[in-house]
Amino acid sequence: MITLFLLGFPLLASLLTLASGNKLASKLALVLSVVQLAITAYAYSIYKQQGAEAFYFFQEWISNPKISIHLGLDGLSLLMVALTNFLTPLIILSAFNRTIERAAGYFSLILLMQFALNGVFMAMDGMLYYIFWELALIPIYFIALRWGGPNRVPVTLKFFIYTLAGSLLMLFGFIMLYWYNPNQSFDIRDLYNASICACKQGWLFWTFFLAFAIKIPIVPFHTWQADTYKEAPTQGTMLLSGIMLKMGTYSLLRWLLPILPAGVAEWGPLAITLCVVGIVYASVIAIMQQDLKKLLAYSSVAHVGLISAGIFALNMQGFQGSVVQMLAHGVNVVGLFFCADIIFNRTNTLNIDSLGGIRNLAPKFNTLFMIVVLGSVALPLTNGFIGEFLLLFGVYEYNTWLSVFAGLTIILGAVYMLRMFQRTMLGNVSENITTFPDLMWNEKIVLGVIAAVIILLGVYPKPVFDIAEPALQLILDKSIVK
Amino acid sequence: MNTLIYTSCLGLFCLFAEIFNLRKLLIPAVVIGITAIFGVNYMEWNQGGSFYNDMLRIDHFSVAFSSLALVIGLLIFVMTADYYKNEQQHISDYLAILIFTLCGALIMLSYANMAMLFLGIEILSISLYIMAGSKRFDTKSNEAGFKYFLMGAFASGFLLFGIALIYGVTNSFNLQKIGEYVMNHDALTISPLFYIGMMLMLVAMLFKVAAAPFHFWSPDVYEGSPALITAFMSTLVKIAAFGALYRLFANCFMGTLTYVESTLVIAAVASLAIGNFTALHQTNFKRLMAYSGISHAGYMLLGVISLYVGTASALFYYSAGYAFATIGAFAVAIPVFHAMQNEGIDAFNGLGKKSPLLAALLTMSMLSLAGIPPFAGFLGKYYIFSKAIQGGHVTLTLIAVIASMIGAYYYLKVVLAMYTKEGNDTEIEVSPLYVMVAVFCVAMSLVLGLFPDVLMNLI
Repeated sequence: MITLFLLGFPLLASLLTLASGNKLASKLALVLSVVQLAITAYAYSIYKQQGAEAFYFFQEWISNPKISIHLGLDGLSLLMVALTNFLTPLIILSAFNRTIERAAGYFSLILLMQFALNGVFMAMDGMLYYIFWELALIPIYFIALRWGGPNRVPVTLKFFIYTLAGSLLMLFGFIMLYWYNPNQSFDIRDLYNASICACKQGWLFWTFFLAFAIKIPIVPFHTWQADTYKEAPTQGTMLLSGIMLKMGTYSLLRWLLPILPAGVAEWGPLAITLCVVGIVYASVIAIMQQDLKKLLAYSSVAHVGLISAGIFALNMQGFQGSVVQMLAHGVNVVGLFFCADIIFNRTNTLNIDSLGGIRNLAPKFNTLFMIVVLGSVALPLTNGFIGEFLLLFGVYEYNTWLSVFAGLTIILGAVYMLRMFQRTMLGNVSENITTFPDLMWNEKIVLGVIAAVIILLGVYPKPVFDIAEPALQLILDKSIVK
Repeated sequence: MNTLIYTSCLGLFCLFAEIFNLRKLLIPAVVIGITAIFGVNYMEWNQGGSFYNDMLRIDHFSVAFSSLALVIGLLIFVMTADYYKNEQQHISDYLAILIFTLCGALIMLSYANMAMLFLGIEILSISLYIMAGSKRFDTKSNEAGFKYFLMGAFASGFLLFGIALIYGVTNSFNLQKIGEYVMNHDALTISPLFYIGMMLMLVAMLFKVAAAPFHFWSPDVYEGSPALITAFMSTLVKIAAFGALYRLFANCFMGTLTYVESTLVIAAVASLAIGNFTALHQTNFKRLMAYSGISHAGYMLLGVISLYVGTASALFYYSAGYAFATIGAFAVAIPVFHAMQNEGIDAFNGLGKKSPLLAALLTMSMLSLAGIPPFAGFLGKYYIFSKAIQGGHVTLTLIAVIASMIGAYYYLKVVLAMYTKEGNDTEIEVSPLYVMVAVFCVAMSLVLGLFPDVLMNLI
């Protein structure tokens, strides 16, 4: 029951928000998303006591072909659901004190997005998962299209078509899996035990990998990303970078590695090389960016490249690191984009050259921004450090040379992040900035919570490992060809 | 069986209503009549059998497809009340002709004899030739009617010639007997005339479903015809023709399907490619829908090609999803076109601000056509693809998957026009009838998308 409630509540919240009218919408959305967070916390307490079995939900849906509403919540899913439901209230709160037209539609779409994301992480039936995966595209497309920047039309269209192309390939892959597995179903238990002929796994790998690589994005499938981040409204960018990217990395773990181990054995080396190339490439591009939002977008490509590399390293360190880093990156990137939004809100520019010296005007903002940046460059005792360290360790076990190149991310990441911080926040106050009021109440709460989590998770990450461990062990056992 | 008789009677009633001056009552009477006939059709579910010396054969397939045809008819007739409100003097003729079109479709969906197939197609087509040209003072409409008539007459000639050749070889018009003849003879000993006849019939049927390379009439005819008739043509004709094509192959040419398979594959790929690529450049909404219809014919051909794994349900579901999405789109488009005096995609500019409800309805219809979950269009595509893969057509399915990516682009163009472009200040007044139809269609798209078993277990 709790499973259904956890899944269904955001949908209800979305409809309520839509009906509440523009004035009330933001407040109602915030309250409802906090309620959803409370439900998630309750789900966690149940998980603690009874384990993953408590969340098993199975209901026949379509008889032929066999598609069922099979929901579940193991450690991995629980962490991703927790990330989603933790970030959504922050994202909604970040929109307070900003003027947003047609607010009812806006917040309703954000909550609809939350519904779809929860569905993606909880679905244990391939077709159900696919439906949520596609459903997640619709709200974010309209958020970017209707509330985005001046160049939004071509950019969002490219984003939509690009990701849809990947998704359709995945649909094709799922249909093939359906016919190839002896039980002919989409249920994850059947797919995990299908043991499909290795000769077919090679090309099936690509139908799934392309879909995920576009969503994550792994270089060279990243071209939609920077522009979309730039044009989408801040909350849309947060949803995209904070949670939606994780759909891709989560799916690698859940739907690719355990189902097609032979395909991964065949093409995994190429995939991990692409990831590592992407890390270096995106970092170098990030160094050269003048636009703050675009810099953050490319830094995000570099980070998720490392996460994916850790996943393809196929060992426990890599897996654990990827999960921690998914959470850490989700929190950090939302914080970073919110800082960018705060700067843009006050100065009307995101050009790094025309900023500077904000520290002198807004010391509180400076402190919190600093913590988020440090988390992002993986300073020890921040959440970024744990993840990156484990990821690099995992990649090192896989291949030393790859880990050397992947390790560049730490150096290059420090270069572009600290340089960005120095040029926007430190030094003399830029001529373009006349006034820079310090943080408003909602901004304090959002950045404060994010900074607290960055440090908390950095100092004491053990609960995350404990929750993720059994699920990851199961996936790892399935992923390695014996 | 009774369905057909009552529908014909309803058509005759419309003609007589003119004499007795009952024009005001006409549309409510027709709507109630069609609803009643839908009930009659429902009752026939378990009373199948053959009628008139095996001229018609009622089975689950024909009842299910007939119900869909009747629902399409019903939705169109509801819209006629507003569409023809300024043309009261011709209303009984229009309605009668439209009902006879429906009769033709019902025959095409339940024939058991080649002669009935020809009769059904002719009844359907001739009624539509008239309706396509029914805007008498509009040159485009005249052109559409004339083009459709000329091309359609050729297609009928092909069909008749094909039937004659097959009769020459097998000595029968009866589908079952022809089917038995094919089964009892070694494929190599059957006279080549039979294959020529089959090919000619196939050409005629591909013309009717507007599949490439016999699609050239459809954009011009769709563009020129009155918008309501375009909606009627793009749904009813396509579905009736696919029903007829499926019946023809399933009952009669099953044994020789392999000989036309490559032809069907080429037609499917050509339809997908031409339909989708040409649609990218369209600025006129009706032409866009015509090319979209051509590409949907390509998807549905996948169902015909892999017929031996039992694709009737998949085809039926796809037809229903396509019909509801298309009628939903037209139910929004017709009043907008009327208000803007423009049938281009730019007529929708700014609709998102002017009328959020209409814009949302059209958006959902477009998403369903593009095949995005949770709408019926998605599961329809899914079923067709799944069946095609089961039938061993993996490459063809992959081409269809790529085609549907391209498809998403032009459907989104309509959505983009509504939400991102500024429109002029023309007020859009919409009769509640259109809104009702659109809401019904979108709701059906959603319901079918969420509970597909309702239709999938029928046939």
